[in-house]
Amino acid sequence: MTGKAHCYQRDHINTDEIIPARYLNMDKEADLAKHAMEDIDTDFVRRVKEGDVIVAGVDFGCGSSREHAVWALRGAGVRAVIADTFARIFYRNCINNGFIAIECRGISQKVATGDNLEIDVEKGIIKNLTKNERYEFPAIPDFARDIIDAGGLLDYISRKVK
Amino acid sequence: MGNTITEKILAAHCSRDSVKPGELINAEIDVIMCHDVTTTPAIDMLAEKGLSKVAYPERVVIMPDHFVPNKDIKSAEMVARIRRWAREQNIEKFYDLGRHGVCHALLPEQGHVKPGTTIICGDSHTSTHGALGAFSTGIGSTDLAAALATGELWFKVPETMLFRLSGKLGKGVYAKDVILEIIRRIGVDGALYKTMEFTGELIEALSVESRMTICNMAIEAGGKSGIINPDQKTTDYVKARTDEPFEIYQSDPDAEYCQIIEIDVSNLEPLVAFPHLPSNGQPVSQIPDIPVDQAYLGSCTNGRIEDLRVAAEILKGKKVARNTRMIVVPATTEIWKQANREGLLDIFMNAGATVSTPTCGACLGGHMGILAAGERCISSTNRNFVGRMGSPKSEVYLGSPATVAASAVEGKIADPRKYLQEKP
Ligand code: SF4
Repeated sequence: MTGKAHCYQRDHINTDEIIPARYLNMDKEADLAKHAMEDIDTDFVRRVKEGDVIVAGVDFGCGSSREHAVWALRGAGVRAVIADTFARIFYRNCINNGFIAIECRGISQKVATGDNLEIDVEKGIIKNLTKNERYEFPAIPDFARDIIDAGGLLDYISRKVK
Repeated sequence: MGNTITEKILAAHCSRDSVKPGELINAEIDVIMCHDVTTTPAIDMLAEKGLSKVAYPERVVIMPDHFVPNKDIKSAEMVARIRRWAREQNIEKFYDLGRHGVCHALLPEQGHVKPGTTIICGDSHTSTHGALGAFSTGIGSTDLAAALATGELWFKVPETMLFRLSGKLGKGVYAKDVILEIIRRIGVDGALYKTMEFTGELIEALSVESRMTICNMAIEAGGKSGIINPDQKTTDYVKARTDEPFEIYQSDPDAEYCQIIEIDVSNLEPLVAFPHLPSNGQPVSQIPDIPVDQAYLGSCTNGRIEDLRVAAEILKGKKVARNTRMIVVPATTEIWKQANREGLLDIFMNAGATVSTPTCGACLGGHMGILAAGERCISSTNRNFVGRMGSPKSEVYLGSPATVAASAVEGKIADPRKYLQEKP
């Protein structure tokens, strides 16, 4: 998969910043998407294109456990988030929703907004096509891959259960 | 290299000899606790996916607590829906009004927490139950739905941070002050992703209830869980509540920890965490005058019988200050009855406090004690985020039950030590 990076070098971007609490009276991706990241990046929704990738620092998605944060990003067209590290419940919610979250230490210092990234989830390799660099990340384990490929945890288990 | 108690429990629950931090595993879940707020979205998701049968109804324990007794029509309908669902699914462990209590206090009290087990709940303070040597963690609604449908859930095996606590607590200093001190030192994300294992001479000396207070707030440091190796006190506590067998796991002496933090609590003072983070703890002797409109004693952190006893010791024969109101919420029905037998409720009410039925209530700004704009509360709860107990313009200060009681008497945040006898 290839996508353009939106890079936030900051650490501790919380779920309130990804989707502010005032929009939690909605739960449709398309509605939430209109407000993704708006409190820290007013222009994000206008710039983001289908298939783009968010790159961020440490502890991305901390704070409230709202699954709405994942829905807002996906609704906005984001295909994956690559961060130095993730907050625990956000990371779970990504995988449970079939959304790709990649932990790659140091990534936020290497990638710049606008870089074209090619991600090979299977091999654990990110190619920065703009800078001609290559970063490795611990491959997403098969188990989590299966959940993501199924489209999320409940789709994954409904195959097993039925 | 040995293993930690957390690694051993997780390995046993995915039928492996051992697991290592960072590995993703699918673990068998022994107890799925459901409360009134996060359960209905999970029921919806299951219905939507056609997964309408709970795999192991006997592992599910339902305890409506947040808006109990039903606060409004919406919460009444939520619980009514859960009741119907429980009946359809043959879930028998349902703690309805009259047997109710705050979930993290009720679950261990009723014998549902056993050492060596895995426990989940759609609630972040599920870390509490690690105090009995179980792996216990909070999860989201999708996770809850998945666990209900299959009896399993995936986890990343966490690294473990070891907190070795030495020394003896001085007069007026309690488990709450210890965990506030730990969070003050490592920050609200100091234990991100990690298990916080507590050990040492202090932990050995603490009651099982006080250990729960410490594990309860592991999440306030970002932790996935808190855990304590079981000892005689643990097994006595559990065996008094259940006949079911259980297995004890202990961390090996050569277990691998990502960090070891040693804290001597001998000189620790009572702490008060200032708004709006639990990590803002300050020694009570060094703070300016802070008048309080409300003093709140309750919650899954500090609403147990020992907490009520300490507060009653301070309030006995005294009055709550004129411009302050005090709300006492025993965390469970059994605690309420015990406090009544011991005359504690009389002491509170004679002092001018009000005593409510068990509920989460005001702890999360739900009902039964909401703060107005500009109001200040000293609270024995665990979170002092903006708007946590009411208006976004109100303020919550966190302290121990003793600090709450002393503050109620003085009408401002107060040092409890002068109200207490020297410990033997
Ligand atoms: S008492 Fe407060 S912190 Fe504990 S479960 Fe209830 S709302 Fe949550």
